[in-house]
Amino acid sequence: MTTPRTVTLQINGRPLSVSAGTSVAAALCIADARRIGMARRSVHGEARAPFCGMGICQECRVDIDGRRRLACQTRCEDGMTVEAAT
Amino acid sequence: MNIKDPSMAVEHCDVLIIGAGPAGMAAALAAAPSGASIVIVDDNPAPGGQIWRDGPHAGLPAAATQRRSAIGRCANIRLVSGARVVAAPQPFELLLEDAERGWRVTWKKLILCTGARELLLPFPGWTLPGVTGAGGLQALIKSGLPVAGERIVIAGSGPLLLAAAATATKAGGRVVRIAEQASLKAVAGFAAQLARWPGKAAQSLGLFNAAYRTGSHILSAQGESRLASVRLRRGAAGAEDIACDRLACGFGLVPNTELGQHLGCALVMRHGTAALAVDAAQATSVPNIYAAGEATGVGGSDRALIQGAIAGHAAAGATAQADALRPQLARWEAFAATLHHSFALAGPLRQLAAPGTLVCRCEDVAHSALAPHKDWATAKLHTRCGMGACQGRVCGAATQFLFGWTPNAPRPPLSPVRVATLAALAPSIPTSDATHGT
Repeated sequence: MTTPRTVTLQINGRPLSVSAGTSVAAALCIADARRIGMARRSVHGEARAPFCGMGICQECRVDIDGRRRLACQTRCEDGMTVEAAT
Repeated sequence: MNIKDPSMAVEHCDVLIIGAGPAGMAAALAAAPSGASIVIVDDNPAPGGQIWRDGPHAGLPAAATQRRSAIGRCANIRLVSGARVVAAPQPFELLLEDAERGWRVTWKKLILCTGARELLLPFPGWTLPGVTGAGGLQALIKSGLPVAGERIVIAGSGPLLLAAAATATKAGGRVVRIAEQASLKAVAGFAAQLARWPGKAAQSLGLFNAAYRTGSHILSAQGESRLASVRLRRGAAGAEDIACDRLACGFGLVPNTELGQHLGCALVMRHGTAALAVDAAQATSVPNIYAAGEATGVGGSDRALIQGAIAGHAAAGATAQADALRPQLARWEAFAATLHHSFALAGPLRQLAAPGTLVCRCEDVAHSALAPHKDWATAKLHTRCGMGACQGRVCGAATQFLFGWTPNAPRPPLSPVRVATLAALAPSIPTSDATHGT
């Protein structure tokens, strides 16, 4: 495996650098471990993180560059801004 | 592209394939020599489906990379990644949406290769961050989730548990337990039969994984704001608690039939689960619509490749070539039957959820709120179960297993959609106001 290029996105205004090709869902898991943000709050306010990983469960829906998208089916890009629940 | 245009962009093709997993890729490559114009639409950023998912930690097999290259060399195949089917506004037409726009595609032949999803069953603690599907964890790791040094428990049923364990181990995770609900006798019987399908034998190596236990299933996941430990059933009455950072839990696969159902395609019960019904040429009950791969019944990628090729040939009118492939299918159908028989879900799994356990994760509907209802429609009406963003794709399959309910056929839009895209469904309405909202 070659050394991967990194990209830097903003999650809740905080920069996060990840390997190119990383999904926003994987980035959210990294962000959660650093207490930057996770995916969403449920209707009763529970913390939810990426769950099915394959575009089915909708738990990882977040605002990416101003549009509601599934984090697990979106790749991180340089300069991308993600708004997630905290 | 101006999404305000009420006429919206329309793309035309001869063969439209939904899904770029093994079945969809094989279908495209089989149809391509006919010279037909082919469009493949897939909702992931790269082709491959779930089994050949690309990503920074994926490591694709040659079977995947060769097909990707071959598709790239075919000038008459257009691959559209990152796009979803929203609706079927009229016959021979689908409405699609990607991150930027919505557009319509007209087709003469349609091949549904929509794959399968995991059966995710509710148990206490399953909504905690740190809990994912088994295939879900595998997908997240391939997509760049770092798990090095993490303690990982994998639970549920089927060979996917071993595949997820292998992916997690390769990424530096410590798989501390693999809990397979099927009995040792059932799993050993499956392993003994694997010699019938060369190439599948490698999967049985996981049986020698020191962390592997049969006859064991998840009881609960514990943690304050995220997962800290799991409790597993061992034997008839025993239990063990294991501290861990992640739990990956999947109970087999469910065919993705929603688009086919929306188009009017008949279903058939296969191995206890509803699947799209197809004939010997992979044709569904609706003229000019074919289906291939896991959507027609879960049976693995080898079966999907053959079915996809049959469907591609048939859609392109090459019936002789489609017929010639047919005999190869029988052995993989036999593999599927053995798989389902060996990993049939045990009755106690129906009692995993406690009264307070959420069954519908989208609308936070607890088991106790659902249990009094007699069917899916009544439960949905009274509790909003299945009315959230996933549109019942998770809780519908779960309640089918838990209560024996049959979810209704899906209604459009088939996935959450932007207003601007929906405007295409009503072209007579001025759309200049319909560009807001997500």
